[in-house]
Amino acid sequence: MTAIEKATTALIWTIASLAVIFLMAPLVITVAVSFGDSTVFSLPPPGWSFRWYERLPATRGLAASLWTSVQIAGLSTLLALILVTLCAIALVRGTFPGREAITTFLISPLMLPGLVVGIAMLQGFRAFGLRDTWTSLLVAHVVITMPYVVRTVLAALSLFDFTLIEAARTLGCSYLQAIRKVLVPALAPAFLTSGMFAFLASMDNYPISIFFTDAWTKTLPIQMLQLVEERPDPMIAAVSTLLILLAVLAMIIGDRLVGLKRLADF
Amino acid sequence: MMRFLPRDRMLWLAAPALLYLAFFYALPLIYLLGRSVIGPNGPTLSLFAGFFADEYNWRVIGNTLRIALLVTLVSLVIGYPVALALARARGLAQVMLLTAIILPLSVGVVVKAFAWQIVLRRDGAIAKLLVATGIWDEPQRLLFTEPGLVIGAANVFLPFMILPIYSVVKLIDPRLSEAGATLGASPFYRFRKIILPLTMPGLISGMAFVFSLSVSMFVIPSLLMGDRFQTLATLTGRSFLLMRNEALGSATAVVLLVLAVSIVVGSTILSRRIGRMA
Repeated sequence: MTAIEKATTALIWTIASLAVIFLMAPLVITVAVSFGDSTVFSLPPPGWSFRWYERLPATRGLAASLWTSVQIAGLSTLLALILVTLCAIALVRGTFPGREAITTFLISPLMLPGLVVGIAMLQGFRAFGLRDTWTSLLVAHVVITMPYVVRTVLAALSLFDFTLIEAARTLGCSYLQAIRKVLVPALAPAFLTSGMFAFLASMDNYPISIFFTDAWTKTLPIQMLQLVEERPDPMIAAVSTLLILLAVLAMIIGDRLVGLKRLADF
Repeated sequence: MMRFLPRDRMLWLAAPALLYLAFFYALPLIYLLGRSVIGPNGPTLSLFAGFFADEYNWRVIGNTLRIALLVTLVSLVIGYPVALALARARGLAQVMLLTAIILPLSVGVVVKAFAWQIVLRRDGAIAKLLVATGIWDEPQRLLFTEPGLVIGAANVFLPFMILPIYSVVKLIDPRLSEAGATLGASPFYRFRKIILPLTMPGLISGMAFVFSLSVSMFVIPSLLMGDRFQTLATLTGRSFLLMRNEALGSATAVVLLVLAVSIVVGSTILSRRIGRMA
């Protein structure tokens, strides 16, 4: 290696190390602040405590918004998985034209400004006569979660050997049994991984949820931002830490199921 | 089930998903676009004529594009070397890099923007760091300033720069560069003639991602800049949520939509054309 190459390599690794610190900083700081015992955000905190976590259950609206978010995220992920899997089977097995365009269409909600999609849905749902907040939230979140499962399920299906279903049939399974015993287990890692990230995307969504919120139905990020604006104290950091923990769990499970490198596929 | 559905009738399986998206996603978007150009007396562009006639709105558009450009540049300068490092990394270094890129992606933007509110304060970590290293004489507030917003947004969107570049870097055969070296090409010449052209499609899609995410961001500027600084997205949000001015909100929403779609479509065409040339 020449001197220039050595210098370039050193520079690349220096930037990469600093980038790791930069990327992790908000998460590390949130966790550190949440365990501090000071009401201001001094870092490092003068002492450590669980006081912000102890205050969580008593905070008005927090538990309700968490429950709303979990319900919406769980149901919308399930519906998205069903819709996308059916569609993906058609895309992988079918020979009709426009399959690539359909894939782009399925992913497109992720590429458009969330706020604009939210406004369009708000006005559109109103025009359809859909007024119930909770139902609107669910309907909207299915659209948000679908793009997250498209690529993974498509990739898993294109590796699946469909003659296995014929084989199961020959061995005496009914069609539904063959699907349940052969196709579903083969796709399980893809369902779990993409489902987790779709779930998190729904849990974290702000720009679309904000348009489907009323005094009774609020999702967690909406409630959190309201708390940040009303009284920013380390309690928000405690909620955030729990959400970070959820993301860490999802990543560990995803790593076990498909490996970190596959999670980074773009 | 497969036997009842011969291959060419597979389209029926795609129907539920397609109808769902058509009804609850595409139709509302078309409705939004339609309402913005159709007035009580037929087609009209008066909504946009009014919007573009207001000098304040041009300042908002300027804010939006300037911030998005700066965020994209910062992400590019950090993201490109990181993508190169990630492609070379093995073992622990690879795990650490991948974790630092993927984990923040599954943490919500409200969480991260709140963390940056803490970091950018006058007594925050960055001010302390800059004073300690002697770059600043006394602590300053970065919160509610444009540099603060750019730092926070670049942090949130950096993975969207790194991952597309990494996806093309990892496909490059290292022997190409070695062959260039054997033939006497200088490192700089090899970068310009081999690495850069081969990574161009990833570079373009990374830049398009970060630019269009920065143009559309709403939570980050709301928390890091406050009300006095408006971008197209914050103005859209405010006019619907606070000002109840749906006419203004629809105009900004459509401008934002057109901007985002043209970035995505333009970058796709560009990276395909370059991909074919390479």
